[in-house]
Amino acid sequence: MAIDAATVRKVARLARIAEPEERIEALAQELNGIMAWIEQLAEVDTDGCEPLTSVVAAGLPMREDVVTMGGDPARVTSNAPKSVNNFFVVPKVVE
Amino acid sequence: MSALTKLTLASALDGLAKREFTSVELTKAHVEAVEAARGLNAYILETPEKALDMAAKSDARRALGEAGPLEGAPLGVKDLFCTEGVRTTACSKILENFIPTYESTVTSQLWRDGAVMLGKLNLDQFAMGSSNETSYFGPVTNPWRAQGSNKALTPGGSSGGSAAAVAADLCLGATATDTGGSIRQPAAFTGTVGIKPTYGRCSRWGVVAFASSLDQAGPIAKTVEDAALLLTSMAGHDPKDSTSLDVPVPDFTQFVGKSVKGLRIGIPKEYRVDNMPAEIEKLWADGVAWLKDAGCEIVDISLPHTKYALPAYYIVAPAEASSNLARYDGMRYGLREDGATLTEIYENTRASGFGDEVKRRILIGTYVLSHGYYDAYYLKALKVRRRIAEDFDKAWEKCDAILTPTAPSAAFGLGENSNDPIAMYLNDVFTVTTNLAGLPGLSLPAGLDANGLPLGLQIIGKPLDEATVFSVAGAVEKAAGFSGKAEKWW
Repeated sequence: MAIDAATVRKVARLARIAEPEERIEALAQELNGIMAWIEQLAEVDTDGCEPLTSVVAAGLPMREDVVTMGGDPARVTSNAPKSVNNFFVVPKVVE
Repeated sequence: MSALTKLTLASALDGLAKREFTSVELTKAHVEAVEAARGLNAYILETPEKALDMAAKSDARRALGEAGPLEGAPLGVKDLFCTEGVRTTACSKILENFIPTYESTVTSQLWRDGAVMLGKLNLDQFAMGSSNETSYFGPVTNPWRAQGSNKALTPGGSSGGSAAAVAADLCLGATATDTGGSIRQPAAFTGTVGIKPTYGRCSRWGVVAFASSLDQAGPIAKTVEDAALLLTSMAGHDPKDSTSLDVPVPDFTQFVGKSVKGLRIGIPKEYRVDNMPAEIEKLWADGVAWLKDAGCEIVDISLPHTKYALPAYYIVAPAEASSNLARYDGMRYGLREDGATLTEIYENTRASGFGDEVKRRILIGTYVLSHGYYDAYYLKALKVRRRIAEDFDKAWEKCDAILTPTAPSAAFGLGENSNDPIAMYLNDVFTVTTNLAGLPGLSLPAGLDANGLPLGLQIIGKPLDEATVFSVAGAVEKAAGFSGKAEKWW
């Protein structure tokens, strides 16, 4: 299940990371090395084994459906790369 | 006033209580030590004015008889904890100018208990690394050097700044986080004590997320008692973290120094790895002998899936990271780069804002979660994770705590492993199992290798049984009599 250049391009696109064309081959080799090492997991017998998603056994707690923090747009937008009048300014996405 | 920085946290608190010195004096001594140690690159942001202001207020509270458990103690904070009004970067370019408008739960509890913040400590970018070399702000240099050498060594990672700062007396203790060994491996490399508590003990709220099912906060400190003092303050239920455990937090210090007579200590045979230095084998045997002398029963145990823990981790952690780090889109906070289309803006922002190791892990995570590979990799890794947890469940039928080495080597040179990701990942071979199983693990210094570098032993406990971990660690600390200190060269 080797990772080729096309797979690297596809995964980088999915992850929204621009990878320059000259890095693609090197990345494919790097990722292949790591995935080959990971392949040893196939040796483990996991028949009938439930996946362990959380070590905290209890279900997720519910909380009151009320506003606990809010009403402070200046604080919310204070780290925005661009903001005007307490609004986030984002690139135009709808023509 | 350099003598004040040599104190342990416990003795400093004692001195403050006896009015031998004030928090302002203690804090000033640390501020000066921090300024004089910039060559170590442990602090990436110093906050001396804030520190002295907090110290003055602390002295005022003490004068009113309102002293908290950590009243007046100057601490360092790993730059993964959000601090209100104080830049928090995760040592990344993407968060280079991020100033949180809120305080992490863990740090807020330290300030509630009277502690003073000296500044923010360096780490591997987004806590991804074992040598501190992935930091956007450059690596930390270990205060320790091999005998007769001036080669720069790594303090370990990801909490390298925290460990180096404690080892070099640049704070009385520090916050840290551990996703695969990021508290314990740096503690071992710097002759300090670090504990990763049970998953859920410390709130993750306000801690920059890496792999949410594995991340846990904990302290790095000079002694086992100091680590217990800090964890008692840091731990506790927080409704803002849905995985935070709603259980009482005991005063962990009461378990340090408690007799360990009759405790059964498990020795896992799978923790002997190829090429492990003989000195680490010997130190481990010493640990066994010390605990036997203290009245423990030594039991051989088996954790058969140990060798699969790291490969499973390198699926689970990148998968969670790729999801967690999707939030860095350059729209609401953090860096934004230009681009012709929205997708290009995202892609350029993330390409420029993340370092190579972070990108590598996001790509692996995206790959293993992508269509067609999810079952083969991600689901398989979660099943192996179950097997690893089951290994421990079986071990607890035979023992009360487990003793292992912390890391497979002493501190290595900066640059030595940075071109080989898998060699770097193998640093966490003894620590990562407890993250996958959610168990508490503590590393303490127990001896020096032939080059005069510190080595650590790890104590692993049952879920929520930090009490026994602290008792066993206290016994090992007493028997080891480790008093090594890095010789000041910085």
